[in-house]
Amino acid sequence: MVESALVGWSRLQFALTAGYHWIFVPLTLGLAVIMAVMESVYVKTGDEFWKKTAKFWMKLFAINFAVGIATGIILEFQFGTNWSNYSWFVGDIFGAPLAIEGIFAFFMEATFFAVMFFGWEKVSKRTHLVTTWLTGIGAAISALWILIANSWMQHPVGMEFNPDTVRHEMVDFWALVLNPVAISKFFHSVFSGWMTGAIFAIGISCWYLLKKRETRFALASIRVSAIVGIIGTFAVMLSGDSSGIHVAKYQPMKLAAAEGLMDGGERAPFSIVPGVEVPGMLSILATHDINGYVPGINNLLDGYTTPEGVVVPSAEERIERGKSAIEAFSDYRTLRESDPAAAAEARKVLDENIDYFGYGYIDSPEELVPSVGLVYWAFRVMVGLGCALLLLMVVVLWAEFKKKLTKMTWLQWVALFSIPFVYFAGQAGWIVAEAGRQPWVIEGLLPTKAAVSSVSVGAVQTTFFLFVAIFTLFLVIELRILIKAIKKGPEIENQ
Amino acid sequence: MIDYIFLQNYWWFIISLLGGLLVFLLFVQGGNALIFLAGKSEDERELIINSTGRKWELTFTTLVTFGGAFFASFPLFYSTSFGGAYWVWILILITFVFQAVSYEFQGKAGNLLGKNAFRTFLTINGCLAPLLIGTAVGTFFTGSQFVVDKAAVADIGSPVISRWMSGWHGLEAVAEPFNVGFGLMVMCLAVSLGALYMINNIDNESLAGQLRKALTVSFAGFLVTLVFVLVKLLTMDGFAVDAEGVVLMESHKYLHNLLQMPVVLILFLVGAVLLVWGVVATLLKSGFKRGIWLSGAGTVMAVMALFMIAGYNNTAFYPSTYDLQSSLTLANSCSSEFTLKTMAVVSLIIPFVVAYIAYFWHKMDKKSLTTEELKNSDKY
Repeated sequence: MVESALVGWSRLQFALTAGYHWIFVPLTLGLAVIMAVMESVYVKTGDEFWKKTAKFWMKLFAINFAVGIATGIILEFQFGTNWSNYSWFVGDIFGAPLAIEGIFAFFMEATFFAVMFFGWEKVSKRTHLVTTWLTGIGAAISALWILIANSWMQHPVGMEFNPDTVRHEMVDFWALVLNPVAISKFFHSVFSGWMTGAIFAIGISCWYLLKKRETRFALASIRVSAIVGIIGTFAVMLSGDSSGIHVAKYQPMKLAAAEGLMDGGERAPFSIVPGVEVPGMLSILATHDINGYVPGINNLLDGYTTPEGVVVPSAEERIERGKSAIEAFSDYRTLRESDPAAAAEARKVLDENIDYFGYGYIDSPEELVPSVGLVYWAFRVMVGLGCALLLLMVVVLWAEFKKKLTKMTWLQWVALFSIPFVYFAGQAGWIVAEAGRQPWVIEGLLPTKAAVSSVSVGAVQTTFFLFVAIFTLFLVIELRILIKAIKKGPEIENQ
Repeated sequence: MIDYIFLQNYWWFIISLLGGLLVFLLFVQGGNALIFLAGKSEDERELIINSTGRKWELTFTTLVTFGGAFFASFPLFYSTSFGGAYWVWILILITFVFQAVSYEFQGKAGNLLGKNAFRTFLTINGCLAPLLIGTAVGTFFTGSQFVVDKAAVADIGSPVISRWMSGWHGLEAVAEPFNVGFGLMVMCLAVSLGALYMINNIDNESLAGQLRKALTVSFAGFLVTLVFVLVKLLTMDGFAVDAEGVVLMESHKYLHNLLQMPVVLILFLVGAVLLVWGVVATLLKSGFKRGIWLSGAGTVMAVMALFMIAGYNNTAFYPSTYDLQSSLTLANSCSSEFTLKTMAVVSLIIPFVVAYIAYFWHKMDKKSLTTEELKNSDKY
């Protein structure tokens, strides 16, 4: 019997690693663009000021990049160490994007990162600029492939179950790559990284303004960062809109949980906070139609018929059919050598119920509901902070263009203290995506509890606390080093 | 003809190639093992760290890609070994995690633990990572205690396919002298390669002298462990697979594999000769600095040959001593034909990747690293 404690600790460990990883990655994605733009200006104008500006942000980029790599390696290998059943059951599909990420993206990052940092005197100006862009592009390509893999977990496509090998097998690579969920998730995540980089750079630049140091550097950094950040935020909103449509279509339970919507219907309201609703808004967000039908948690458990006449079976029926699928799978395996005719019959039953195979592991309908409170509030934190941060960047950019920013100390303080909030927004986004998918590790296909490795709870607890200690230590050290480096500053004015 | 069998063999070739490149790139680890031993002054230690520090991400990336390629092509190995030999892999990962931050953190103000703590982490990774990786690869020949039962998916309460039967979860590998010998061999090789790389990459006479001394000792250790490993490997019983996929023990299986696959035998011998040649030439001729390229190429070839002996010629590459029929073979652990074919197309990009790495490697390392350069430009 797989212990629920094992599942819980394994999930916690994965959440810890992914959560820590996502502290460092978005800054990498965002700063990469900001410093590449700055170096481009340097190459175009020949003004050494821009080179020094770019190099300062590169220094912070490097400190952050190292911890991102450290947390990333644990993430990849954890699929094997802690989710070994998952690794076999869907490894035929899931392994491919991970390997492609290594071949295409990691080698780019590894090669060009070294040239970017140590190659100023070893390669030409233009080649150096290309390597800076390629480092950032490498990071984005890395995000692309891991998000293709993650999106497949949200909306599995392009595969078939093979009862002989006992796994899902890829039958359409392009369906995996062009998965609509992957496309919107890629843009949503990468551009949220632009927001993170922008808010980080604006906040730090405002600190220099508050200290009345490095003013030219700070204002130039703010201009570049705010433009990158505002573009990024609009792209986040656009991709978020298509994400909403996809979640409604492919993961309706996640949407219902994110909205705390118990009973759905047409003209479904959007809840701003409990008790404050905008009528019809959820239907617009989920279907782009004010009269669109959005099922609630109860509808999804009890079964419903869409306005188009599609009958969605109740949770109980899905569980029942899932159990039939697993039983037929077992019969097929037992009979395939001794009684081919009976095996063919079992195979037929399996094929008829294969879409519900994963439901066979579910004990009760209630298990199919993710943690509503967590997902509901995480969604509001993400959206609320995203809007507030957009407003901040617009105001900062406006103030800078009007030459008023240096006098607006309150705005500088707000910008400085906004830095942690962009991280809260990013973390909240991943909580919506991942906690909202529960109890599934692959939506509708494999529940989390059927995906874990056969290791002891004690072993996972040990590694969990080990990782907590290591990552926290690294985070504290990184923050200390960043603060020291920021206090030292780019030292442009003194030169 | 490109059929399923061909694709399985092709992917084992890619795994072997990545394994060979990984062991070669462990010169980064080997170099770091010498930070305190060969680096007598602060300048020398900085040179070592900045020399290996400009390549460490390639080693790290190759390790991750090696894992990713294994996942994509032989997922049953990924799930069985990583989930089973839990502690070995976790230990390996932790040493790499510390390495990843140590370069960047060690020289920075505010790093909390001090410069030497991070250099010690680099040294620990430098010794332990090759030792543990080598020990883990040793089990490809001696086997591990696990059971694979795909039908377990139908057990609703406990649908786990791969189960490790030793409570030590991988640590039991050290009880087998061959595995430890294999690990020590890889460690000594990494240190030798590290010394060779830095002799080539750093322009500092005093450090070069200490590196040559270190190379003498590590290479002697390598030769002793190599002889031990080879004698054991070529005399031990191996895990053969018959035409029906049944796994059975065969005496002198790995010797037979070498003899029955002359190309692999030649690859191994040429690799071994190049490896030894690179070291001996470096030790005998004081001005000879290109040993890393000879020994590096030799390492890639010899390691590839070892992987080929483990997986080709109807051999179970990841054997189970607990249940022989649970042993992993190329055929029973690989991905579907469609996935292998898709990934084979993807793998065509590898020469391009190698080309741009080689181009920028050459650009960056055209001039040897000096204390002067570290004083006047960016450094760790």
